[in-house]
Amino acid sequence: MQPNDPILKLRDLQVHFPVKTGVFKRVTGHVRAVDGVDLDVRRGEVLGLVGESGCGKTTLGKAILQLVRATQGTVTYSGEDGETELTSLDDAGLFRFRKRLQIVFQDPHSSLNPAFTIFGSLEDPLRHYGVKTREERRKIVGDLLEAVNMRRESMDRYPHEFSGGQRQRIGIARALSIEPELIVCDEAVSALDVSIQAQVLQLLMELKREKNLTYVFITHDLSVTEYLCDRIAVMYLGKIVELCDAEDLYANTLHPYSQALLSAIPVADLDKKSRRIVLQGDVPSPVNPPSGCPFHPRCRYVVDRCKTEVPELRRFKSAKGEHMAACHLIDQPLAEQPLRTESP
Amino acid sequence: MANEVALTVNGLKTYIYTNNRCNRALDGVSFEIRQGKTLCIVGESGCGKSVTADSIMQLLPTLSRIEDGEITYHGPDGPVRIDQLPRDGAKMRAIRGKEIAMIFQDPMTALNPVYSIGFQIKEMLKYHTGLGRSDRHSKAIDLLRSMGIPLPEKRVNEYPHLYSGGMRQRAMIAIAMSCNPRILIADEPTTALDVTIQAQIFELMDTLKRDHGTAIMLITHDMGVVAELADDVAVMYMGNIVEAGPVGKVLRNPVHPYTRALLESIPVLGRGKDQEIKAIPGQTPDPYNRPKGCQFADRCAYRIGACDQIPDETQVAPDHRVMCWRYEEFAADAAE
Amino acid sequence: MTDANATRPRTRRDAQFDKIRDREAALAGTRQHTARFMSKFLNNRLAVVGFVIFAVICLMSLFAPLIAQHDPMSPNLRVIAKPPSAEHWFGTDKTGRDVFARVLYGGRVSILVGLGSALLSAIIGVIIGVYSGYVGGWLDWIAMRISEIFMSFPQIILVLLLVAILGQSLLNLIVIFTLTGWGGIYRMARARMLSIREEEYVQALRSFGLGPARIAYKHMLPNALGPIMVNITLSTAAFILQEAGLSFLGLGVPLSIPTWGNILNAAQDLRVLEQNWWIWLPVGATISLFVLSVNFIGDGLRDATDPSQQG
Repeated sequence: MQPNDPILKLRDLQVHFPVKTGVFKRVTGHVRAVDGVDLDVRRGEVLGLVGESGCGKTTLGKAILQLVRATQGTVTYSGEDGETELTSLDDAGLFRFRKRLQIVFQDPHSSLNPAFTIFGSLEDPLRHYGVKTREERRKIVGDLLEAVNMRRESMDRYPHEFSGGQRQRIGIARALSIEPELIVCDEAVSALDVSIQAQVLQLLMELKREKNLTYVFITHDLSVTEYLCDRIAVMYLGKIVELCDAEDLYANTLHPYSQALLSAIPVADLDKKSRRIVLQGDVPSPVNPPSGCPFHPRCRYVVDRCKTEVPELRRFKSAKGEHMAACHLIDQPLAEQPLRTESP
Repeated sequence: MANEVALTVNGLKTYIYTNNRCNRALDGVSFEIRQGKTLCIVGESGCGKSVTADSIMQLLPTLSRIEDGEITYHGPDGPVRIDQLPRDGAKMRAIRGKEIAMIFQDPMTALNPVYSIGFQIKEMLKYHTGLGRSDRHSKAIDLLRSMGIPLPEKRVNEYPHLYSGGMRQRAMIAIAMSCNPRILIADEPTTALDVTIQAQIFELMDTLKRDHGTAIMLITHDMGVVAELADDVAVMYMGNIVEAGPVGKVLRNPVHPYTRALLESIPVLGRGKDQEIKAIPGQTPDPYNRPKGCQFADRCAYRIGACDQIPDETQVAPDHRVMCWRYEEFAADAAE
Repeated sequence: MTDANATRPRTRRDAQFDKIRDREAALAGTRQHTARFMSKFLNNRLAVVGFVIFAVICLMSLFAPLIAQHDPMSPNLRVIAKPPSAEHWFGTDKTGRDVFARVLYGGRVSILVGLGSALLSAIIGVIIGVYSGYVGGWLDWIAMRISEIFMSFPQIILVLLLVAILGQSLLNLIVIFTLTGWGGIYRMARARMLSIREEEYVQALRSFGLGPARIAYKHMLPNALGPIMVNITLSTAAFILQEAGLSFLGLGVPLSIPTWGNILNAAQDLRVLEQNWWIWLPVGATISLFVLSVNFIGDGLRDATDPSQQG
């Protein structure tokens, strides 16, 4: 296994939820949350999944772990014992792999069971995975809490005694408890105060280095991904519209949606005011995606071809790694001026 | 009219009394809101920014009260002491909505789901203006159109659940602006919205400010929003305004350790992967068990013995004030 | 700085606030760990009063043999229908039995039936509701339909049926109450499960591959217990009233065993109602007091767990 080999391969992954209406609950349509995603997650990287609400990034994160079942397509895990198609396993078969793939959630207030002490919440999975004696479990939980910069004694307290940032760290400790290889961070810092976000981000990076982890970092905040991620995938309506190295996304944004997204972000630096592209219209709903390119109703470069043909993710030349984007118009000049200008 | 002071808050103290405990949510807060300008109140959770807005609008929860201080609204008929008015008295209700309007964070719960948007706008007009029924209807349509809602003639009769998040926020701004208030208080109006929709709402608010000369008080936790929208900024921490001034000065030359630490802890778009972010150690104190003296002292890298006493407010410049004993060192630092 | 409250009239609430504020100021800097739930409960005067009355009645019934001076079941034809006296505190009934003793012993049965049925129906309702609420799907659908069948059964018919087949007995009564009553708690437990199911800690447990039974019973059930406990207290009161009603009609416990309900039975006779008030009034008052006190306790429990209430 080479260090940069893919640990997960997603091929044509689709997750559709049926919409049932009427008295008889007939299926009238589908929410196409994830609509055909091809993606490799490389071992040891931090892959960012960004997009706005309805783009499917959370569903994709859960589908990676098969917490949500794929309606179509495959998720293949590559480990020491070769490749396994997770999508073809049932719950019993997935049990072995749950150990290697874990998740940290967004909401610190509901991520811990309020009726149990921290130890109570953290010991159950350990027991489930074969740590037999209580002393062993207490030692492991204590070590985990120290690893996330909390005191060992915290394990006998209840969640409501801790702040949001501390609870999030406990959630991370829980994800680490059975020694996974990959952790999906589903908006793990979005609900935290800004000053605490930095603490948790730094903690995540430390842990990654110490334990050789791979992260899939789901967020809507593109400032964080610039700092944290190696590669970024931008999602829109269930599809990936741009996938490239993090630096490349900011230096050389190809897809019109990515451009609009980047320009819309308020920047906390008075010297870096951007020329804002304001998109018209609303974020569409994944129940009735538009025909052709999903972004065409809001795109300012739209031509007729965009309305009928779905663009494929194609590779483009780039100084760093691969830069892939799904747009018909990229070979032609798009943005006339660079997006970020120094203000006068 | 522009630059005229619309609202003055002086030494405001608001305490909250739930669970038989006393939470000193605001402990002496002073600022001014000017016509045609945006004041951003920025701080993290628990700092008291929402309580400030609720105090001004007298929408505080039952188990709380304004202990001390003055809130003076400089209306067309002269100054009114809002803190003296009974909470739901006729005078306060006449001010609320007509002179000072508020928009909230979550548009879904802020709009009544069983009444159409048009009804909710017209209700405001009916209560505060003397317009007749057909006038109210056409004004509602005009308002929706000016907020950028397409097909307003049709939309005016629709219910909130048919609107998207961004449109609901616009509808709420339409309701708030329907009586042309002099002051608009926006409590985290875009936190629940997507980034691209945020941009639309900010543009809208900027236009309102320019066209109507409305004074805007914008509450947020996002320094990026402050940089984009604010004319003046007040940084709050645990019930005090620790630094306030024009946005250029505060953001470029912050002199309070909290402001500086805050700015250093956020990743800024455009600075690349190697930017240094420094986390602020520790966390905010328990609001029911506040430390004596400066609230930020426990987490401050520059703490000295004097910090056991709450620092006085000092003027770094005529329009730039700060609450810190050691501000001169930072001012000198920034000047270099 | 002017006092903001100078011109606004002071209310009782202002005084309360001042007290709290000054107390906190005096204690500033020291840590306080009060059991908030207990203090809220104790602050609710009605709940405390209710608890005291409840405890007194329960204890008196429990220690009936020690307190009652007469045998509740042996008739004494020499003292038929005598009003209250030093010898017989609540007087005697139509067959000379001491009413006070009967009320005390009757309490044992009534409370047992009430509490027993409430607990049993809670156990059944929780076991079914917690699992089917979490798992959902066809199991949930079937459980709902079954509960609806049981809940829509008219109790009187069921009682008559069982009495006709099996005869009158305490156990039958408890069985009937449980069968018709488990549906209520089942629905409550299920509703709570539906709302907790989407919480993130439940998803985290699924991500560890824990099975549904373990997640539902070990991890989610403790969070659903609050409203269920309140419901048990209220059901107890309801069942006691139902037992009283059925025994009053002669359908409940056999007449030889005193219960609050069949003591009231005597009041069916208009003459007793008019002339022998001591036969039915003390019992009626006891029932009312008991049910009222349980309701107060239930209210107190509910308010104590609600953070927005003062106290």
